[in-house]
Amino acid sequence: MRYLPKSPADRAQMLREIGCKSIDDLFAPIPAEYRLNRDLKVPRQMAESEIIDYFQECASSNAVGYALFLGAGAYHHYRPVVIDAMISRGEFLTSYTPYQAEIAQGTLQAIFEFQTMICELTGMEVANASMYDGSTGAAEAMLMAVRITGRKAAVVARSVHPEYREVMHTYTQHQGLPITECGYLENGRVDMADLEKKITSDTACVLIQSPNFFGTIEDVAAVADLVHKKGALLVVSIAEALSLGIVKPPVEADIVSMETQSYGVPLGYGGPYAGVLATKEKFMRQIPGRLVGETKDKDGKRGFVLTLSTREQHIRREKATSNICTNQALIATMATIYLTIYGREGLKELAQQNLAKATYASGEFAKKNKVLFAGAPRFNEFVVQTKDDPHAINQRLQEKKMIGGFPLGWHYPELGNAQLWCCTEMNSKEQVDSAVQVVGQ
Amino acid sequence: MSNVDIKNQDIKKATRHVNQNEGLIFERSSPGKKGYRLAPLDVPEVDYKKALGDSARADLGNMPEVSEMEIIRHFTRLSTWNYAIDLGMYPLGSCTMKYNARVNEVVARFPGLANAHPYQSADVSQGAMRVMKTLSDCLLDITGMDAITLQPAAGAHGEMTGILLMHAYLQSKGNPRKKILIPDSAHGTNPATAAICGYAVENLKSNSRGMVDVSALAAQMNEDVAGLMLTNPNTLGIFEQEIHKIADILHEKGGLLYMDGANMNALVGKTRPGDFGVDVMHLNLHKTFSTPHGGGGPGSGPVACKKILEPFLPKPVIVHRADGTLAFDYDRPKSVGRVRMFYGNYGMHVRALAYTLANGPDGLRQTTEDAVLNANYIRKKLEGEYELPYKSPSMHEVVFSDGIQEQKGVKTGDIAKRLIDYGFHPYTVSFPLVVHGAIMIEPTESESLEELDLLVDALKSIAREAEEDPEFVRNAPHTTRVKRLDETAAARKPILRWKPAAKSVGE
Repeated sequence: MRYLPKSPADRAQMLREIGCKSIDDLFAPIPAEYRLNRDLKVPRQMAESEIIDYFQECASSNAVGYALFLGAGAYHHYRPVVIDAMISRGEFLTSYTPYQAEIAQGTLQAIFEFQTMICELTGMEVANASMYDGSTGAAEAMLMAVRITGRKAAVVARSVHPEYREVMHTYTQHQGLPITECGYLENGRVDMADLEKKITSDTACVLIQSPNFFGTIEDVAAVADLVHKKGALLVVSIAEALSLGIVKPPVEADIVSMETQSYGVPLGYGGPYAGVLATKEKFMRQIPGRLVGETKDKDGKRGFVLTLSTREQHIRREKATSNICTNQALIATMATIYLTIYGREGLKELAQQNLAKATYASGEFAKKNKVLFAGAPRFNEFVVQTKDDPHAINQRLQEKKMIGGFPLGWHYPELGNAQLWCCTEMNSKEQVDSAVQVVGQ
Repeated sequence: MSNVDIKNQDIKKATRHVNQNEGLIFERSSPGKKGYRLAPLDVPEVDYKKALGDSARADLGNMPEVSEMEIIRHFTRLSTWNYAIDLGMYPLGSCTMKYNARVNEVVARFPGLANAHPYQSADVSQGAMRVMKTLSDCLLDITGMDAITLQPAAGAHGEMTGILLMHAYLQSKGNPRKKILIPDSAHGTNPATAAICGYAVENLKSNSRGMVDVSALAAQMNEDVAGLMLTNPNTLGIFEQEIHKIADILHEKGGLLYMDGANMNALVGKTRPGDFGVDVMHLNLHKTFSTPHGGGGPGSGPVACKKILEPFLPKPVIVHRADGTLAFDYDRPKSVGRVRMFYGNYGMHVRALAYTLANGPDGLRQTTEDAVLNANYIRKKLEGEYELPYKSPSMHEVVFSDGIQEQKGVKTGDIAKRLIDYGFHPYTVSFPLVVHGAIMIEPTESESLEELDLLVDALKSIAREAEEDPEFVRNAPHTTRVKRLDETAAARKPILRWKPAAKSVGE
């Protein structure tokens, strides 16, 4: 086997030195009746060229070269080649969690830069080193709010990504933490009157998403006012992180949970992505996951370490803030490189392009169909109501090598045939015009 | 020659060399520098301040402005400050730091997989789904289980999923029960997971051989206990020889056996948890199946289970349709729910399958044998130089202690730091908690005899140094770009982000 650096003679010599007759002696601790005496039923050993062929075949039986109008929590943005060139370096790719700081300063500094950038982008004071993704991050933010407030209930907007809401339910089902949902208005924003009714003296937090699942940007300040008046915390979840190039950061929130996939992470059929939690300094000790902090060595030289680990499972065990251990460090590094490439000006320009594309596309669709949720600002997603079943529309689009919007009726029966469309810098005017023509109506 | 240079003359594996200094990226930034150029906009421009109104952002604060050349230098320089498996051995016990094959990276980047949107329809996702299905089938035979989910994003996430399955199953039998038993040698994630799933944790003591005390288990097991979370081989690297008795005790009282699969690298192709009584377990694809650790993640933590737990698996599950094509089944009324959006860390599924295909049944077996051979070789060579608190046979890892060196005031953490000077990443320090001053070594199969001998020589040499000049070892590392860092100060007054130098008041 080509990954194994030992000759038969090496193995024989080692066995001799250990004092074993055969390798079987070393497996003697496994009771005989449980030893596997046959080959595993996995495909036979393949040459590298065969592995390439196998996956090439898998890859080519997927959509390749299609125009993509899907967003809904996973966004198609251009990935500068520098990202993969850097994260393919073995020192980033094949290093372990940076517990041994003296030989992990590269990862530690990159994550410190990540934490700083997330603070700058979200308007929060501290950010952690990453969570699994936006959905689990949102669930952990909710549990964090419970620890801070000592209250045991939560309100979640129905305009939060449906799969995020499912994950929150999974995480909280044995925590005695009832979650109620609040509705949305005709402009797509949170129904404030409904929200006011749903918040009780037990409510630890209200969780909204902005831009929300319909692409509508919420009035975060107004929601925060209401939530804070009732003594609860506001958690803002961000699924389309590129929006922060032009959208005001949710500074009024107490906790921000963000999915960073838009920052240079491939769609990759849903993962790996990276979530991140950011919050106010006063809540720092309740944040789950790893944190990188700046310190000095014995000679006074600046360096970075994992810190405040008394929050974590390897120290606190069942009293930890979370059971999370492995996070998404390499993906956070990807995001850091992406954010460095575009930086202060590029993120704004790129976000403006997204806004322009989506504005153009929604305008074109609006000529023959109803675009829902008018009256509130949006970023790069919009909702189109058609007479036809969206699945039939998507089938027609697929025949022309286009992948249409996300049918909303599955999660929002009241929206009927509505479809959530997304346009990014990757969608050309020509693609938009063809899609509008195929949708017709 | 300095004192340090004289002391380091015996170090064979590593030599100091110049590496570059580099500040934080923000310190390189200046207005007007650019690392990007966008394609021209082909639709009318939109004034975002007008379009967004009150929701428009003023500016992007301290985000950096740098050129592409500087970005390459910055991250390349940072990378050179890291140790990595590509540079040498990582004897981290419990972490299984093995070779990460490059073909895995290549195939995961094929456009049809890397650019697949999770919501594109099943008929243009068959290839992506086939990867998941094939990997699932392989993992089921490897574990001897009946059903599997690839959704959990990491080991601890898999633990949570597995315990939720147990909870749901027991609930369906009328009583989810109150407690989970966890051995004193367990990973910290185990008790943290039990707590998240609403269970109280009860500690289970190990016996003098480092294994579960079966009579203590029998005494503690009752109708309040949902089950046991067991790592096998355990964190001492010892196979639980009475594993089936353990399973029987749990099953007799209606409980379930959860196995933490962190140590599967000792078992693949040699024995199967499903055959020795395990009901549900997770795998760490970033350990046993070689997906890269990336400085702390991403991982992937599939959960495999017996038939009785299948109805409760997270949704969706992948199924064959009548026409033979693959689809996601969301109609799972008994499911514990979703543990993550979409289908898991899919890119890791691709890499794990590529690893499995590169090995085949013979390669996987040889891998396990070499992993166990390497650990036992190190044990043999170092026994005597370092104290071996448990004499039971070792599987893929061996746990020594600093008992001998501590007499000179040199602790496991000091020896670990000195090992850095010798060109190695340290072993796992102070874990498992049942061993005072633990030195936990897992070489994996990826190390040649030469590399193993270098580690053995290094640790012998450090043992000698501890005897002759304990102070020198206590002050290690001596050759790294930063010396030991002040972790206490970092935690007392945390600085978790960069800030620009203070501006004058009023700015």
